[in-house]
Amino acid sequence: MSEDKREVLLEVKNLKKYFTVETSFFGKPTSILKAVDDVSFKIYKGEAFGLVGESGCGKSTIGKMLVDLYKPTSGEIIYNGVDISKLRPQERRKYCKDIQLIFQDPYASLNPRMTIGDIIAEPIRINHLLPENQIEDRVTYLLNCVGLANHQRNRYPHEFSGGQRQRVGIARALAVQPKLIVCDEPVSALDVSIQAQVLNLLDDLKDQFGLTYLFIAHGLNVVKHISDRVGVMYLGKLMEVAGKHEIYDNPLNPYTQALLSAIPSTDITKKKERIILTGDVPTPINPPKGCRFSSRCFKKCAGCDDILPELKNIGNDHQVACHLYDENPQ
Amino acid sequence: MSKKKRTEVVAGEVIEKPESQIRVMWETLKKNKAALAGLIVILFLVFLAIFGDLLAPYDPEYSDMAHTFVKPCAQYWFGTDQLGRDIFSRVLSGTKISLMVGLCAVAFSLIIGTILGSIAGYFGGRVDGFIMRCMDIMLSIPSILLAITLMAALGKGLDKAIIAIGTVSIPEYARIVRSSILSVKENDYVAAAKVIGNSDGRIIFRHILPNVISSIVVRATLGISTAILDTAALGFLGMGVQPPMAEWGDMLGRARTYIFSAPYTLIFPGLAITLAVLAFNLFGDGLRDALDPKERV
Ligand SMILES: Nc1ncnc2c1ncn2[C@@H]1O[C@H](COP(=O)(O)OP(=O)(O)OP(=O)(O)O)[C@@H](O)[C@H]1O
Ligand code: SF4
Ligand SMILES: [Mg+2]
Repeated sequence: MSEDKREVLLEVKNLKKYFTVETSFFGKPTSILKAVDDVSFKIYKGEAFGLVGESGCGKSTIGKMLVDLYKPTSGEIIYNGVDISKLRPQERRKYCKDIQLIFQDPYASLNPRMTIGDIIAEPIRINHLLPENQIEDRVTYLLNCVGLANHQRNRYPHEFSGGQRQRVGIARALAVQPKLIVCDEPVSALDVSIQAQVLNLLDDLKDQFGLTYLFIAHGLNVVKHISDRVGVMYLGKLMEVAGKHEIYDNPLNPYTQALLSAIPSTDITKKKERIILTGDVPTPINPPKGCRFSSRCFKKCAGCDDILPELKNIGNDHQVACHLYDENPQ
Repeated sequence: MSKKKRTEVVAGEVIEKPESQIRVMWETLKKNKAALAGLIVILFLVFLAIFGDLLAPYDPEYSDMAHTFVKPCAQYWFGTDQLGRDIFSRVLSGTKISLMVGLCAVAFSLIIGTILGSIAGYFGGRVDGFIMRCMDIMLSIPSILLAITLMAALGKGLDKAIIAIGTVSIPEYARIVRSSILSVKENDYVAAAKVIGNSDGRIIFRHILPNVISSIVVRATLGISTAILDTAALGFLGMGVQPPMAEWGDMLGRARTYIFSAPYTLIFPGLAITLAVLAFNLFGDGLRDALDPKERV
């Protein structure tokens, strides 16, 4: 792959999202939760960028900022060269056609009072993408794309299984012909037996519609299948970003190494040691001052507690934030 | 349970018709005997309200001083009152007033309460704080006292009674709508509606309100019975309708001195109030069960 010919579809620069979780009686914020704290990455056109990390590390918050469900506290979201985070609401709404979201919970993300046909037709209708008489055919087409039968279009969500509902959610996202889809743990609420089906569907749709994905997941095993590059998050910070093979074969950050060791290996010849992390994840309200991972890191060295490691490029399209790689500049 | 689906053939392919939400509701409601009885009584009262004047044997406002305090008999089914008016005709005529005040007052508080509650729940923050503090203040005053105060300020009359009784229950609707919206708002499908480009107004009307409508409808049905009681209470205190008009509470209030000598002057309007209130309560409870999606799956 010739590196620099890749076209950047979306770039996130120094993105932050702070929530005030407690306010004093007079409305002054007393404690601040740093859900996403200074995160930067690029997503190239046509790729699937995997974002992994434990619960509460801020993955969904990033996804929600991309689709305007949350306003960033600071930072830039540059889509096709435009910083969409600073647009006025009317202008911003135009970009909802380009960036869509697939939700984690297929039970909560479909309006129980609308038929699935209406759910899929709604985005086309409100964005005036097609004349009214063509909407029906388009819905039929979309239902086929996601593997649902057209005769079911007048049914309500509660008549479907979790996997089928997730397909409806996917069809709804596809309805506006988006360029980028944020998949926020799209299979984690589903039965293990149907997870693979839905993942394969997403993979096929990506080629069929020429999509780009930001694929959010808990563990590295889920994104292994679908992602081209992977970013690892911990407590609101990106710890490591690299190509899929690079990150699986040559994980540099101790946290990534620990995550990888948690995946049961299918290869018996490659015996690996399971790295058990001790201690709990600190709260994002009072994160460690230096490296966010320092309270649990098994390779911690002097300075880790006080100095925040920056995400640095160490070559081979591999970025890592860790003091262990400080002294060998590439 | 296998549900039969009505089907329609389109170009060789069978597309199922949507299952009618109303039909499903009706199926559930039918099983609840008490609610069904309530519904029948309500329909009967509505019939009386519309055709009562035609059925009434006498003019409900005509006083025949030669026949005061006649006991119930074949000629005067419910007897006559202190002014010689036919009680049966007056009770019939009162149906119209009670139902009308009940419905109008509920509609009045429902509309204003829903708007205020929606704004407070959806937008939150300071708007929410301001609206709900105003509602709290209204709620801290006993409702009948507030209604009396409003009547005193507005003056007598049916329309004023509607406004007074309606205003009193605005906070209740605002609260119910607000809390329903708060819980529905957290659902991902509301976020999804935003992501696909819906405006705030459309989100409220198309995605949130249809999902809170059941609790509102139930409260409104129960609210009609409260409004009928409030109307009667205002009438009893002599603050409702203008004198010759027949209104159940007003009839009770004016006849109360004859409770021992001529109990029939109180029993029949009293029974009418009880029946109407009971009917709306039973129906409202049944409706709650029928509208609860959990009961339907
Ligand atoms: N609206 C909010 N108000 C306050 N805190 C929030 C809000 N949304 C998220 N948070 C907090 O921000 C942090 C990151 O949340 P986020 O949902 O992004 O995590 P996540 O990585 O998606 O986790 P999960 O894997 O459980 O979905 C959490 O600590 C969460 O409690
Ligand atoms: S910077 Fe230090 S604490 Fe953080 S991951 Fe690297 S070694 Fe561990
Ligand atoms: Mg999440």
